[in-house]
Amino acid sequence: MNGPQDLGGQMGFGPVAPEKDEPIFHAEWEKRALGVTLAAGAFGAWNIDESRHARESLHPTDYYSSSYYEIWIKALETLLKRHGFVTAGELAHGTADGPGATPKRVLKAEDVPATLARGGPCDRPVARQPRFAPGDRVRTKNFHPQGHTRLPRYARDREGVVEALRDGFVFPDSNAHGNGESPQWVYTVVFTGAEIWGEGADPTLTVSIDAWESYLEPA
Amino acid sequence: MSHDHDHHHHDNELDPMAARVRALETILTQKGLIDPAAIDVIVETYETKVGPRNGAKVVAKAWSDPDFAGWLQRDATEAIASLGFTGRQGEHMQAVFNTADTHNLVVCTLCSCYPWTVLGLPPVWYKAPPYRSRAVIDPRGVLAEFGLALPEETKIRVWDSTAELRYLVVPMRPKDTEALDEEALATLVTRDSMIGTGLALEPGAR
Repeated sequence: MNGPQDLGGQMGFGPVAPEKDEPIFHAEWEKRALGVTLAAGAFGAWNIDESRHARESLHPTDYYSSSYYEIWIKALETLLKRHGFVTAGELAHGTADGPGATPKRVLKAEDVPATLARGGPCDRPVARQPRFAPGDRVRTKNFHPQGHTRLPRYARDREGVVEALRDGFVFPDSNAHGNGESPQWVYTVVFTGAEIWGEGADPTLTVSIDAWESYLEPA
Repeated sequence: MSHDHDHHHHDNELDPMAARVRALETILTQKGLIDPAAIDVIVETYETKVGPRNGAKVVAKAWSDPDFAGWLQRDATEAIASLGFTGRQGEHMQAVFNTADTHNLVVCTLCSCYPWTVLGLPPVWYKAPPYRSRAVIDPRGVLAEFGLALPEETKIRVWDSTAELRYLVVPMRPKDTEALDEEALATLVTRDSMIGTGLALEPGAR
């Protein structure tokens, strides 16, 4: 979706503000926000693509005025309600009214190290042969899907070169909406600055994205 | 007075996000869906175990050991795993090497993708709109805000982490470091140098 998350090339946000000796967390609640988000992810009720889509579906006003942990929490509330774990009423008064949906698993303290060390690999076998090879010239799709996609607007309808064939990966555009993992080959595709930004582009710049095969056509 | 003070303190404690997260944790705990001790372990992991020192070890080893550097280039996930760094948001790693000609810079324009296993949790600026919007269109302007001015002719390659690959920049080894062992080299490797918003430190700079 052409949502507030799709930031590449947007203007007006001001300078980057690197913080000297930045703390890992800026408030105690951020620690709990991280932990609750990861622990709820362990329920197995949604996948990373659905959670990313919940974040980018915040109203742009809300997205841009929220810190990233705030974005996480607001999206997490959406996911928990959508999947029946909490109700809006419970969130409003801050206590449980009764049981909700049953998760596939509950993350216990003793299982945290192994769970974090395992992560959630999303490479998958793909039956078809890869359509493209390194060196191929390709053009990215021009599309504006209502749903989740990982092809940023600045890189749509642009001609680039396949630099590497990576692996088969779960297709987020499908997986975010419960339509299956539908894995596809992923390629690293490189564009010149001029191809993306046109007049005035930095002549020393190249930008790459990692693109699922269906985002690409032969150029 | 003391009542006023307490009241004020109480208000501070319950700022809107703190209250909102506490409510969520309370509800989920009451339902038996989360174990608050598990949250403590998650936080402790990213406060004390998983952070940019991991990535610095990877880089220092690549600088010292050409075989390891080759492995890191071919199969970063396995090479990094051999040092014990595996897992969440580092499942599919790529290492990109700065050269005299090319400087690499990593961004996630669409969200906050970042190689947690080697760099820990991303800094606030990495997740915020100014960096995400400008890294791909004005990398030199962004680097200037980090105090980094590259030669005009240096090529800049920006890697937008749009899929599940996570990128680690291997900065150039600083001059006059031939005598240093891996441990000493690792102290020169900053987090920003592994994102591309900085360079490795010169010896004695710290």
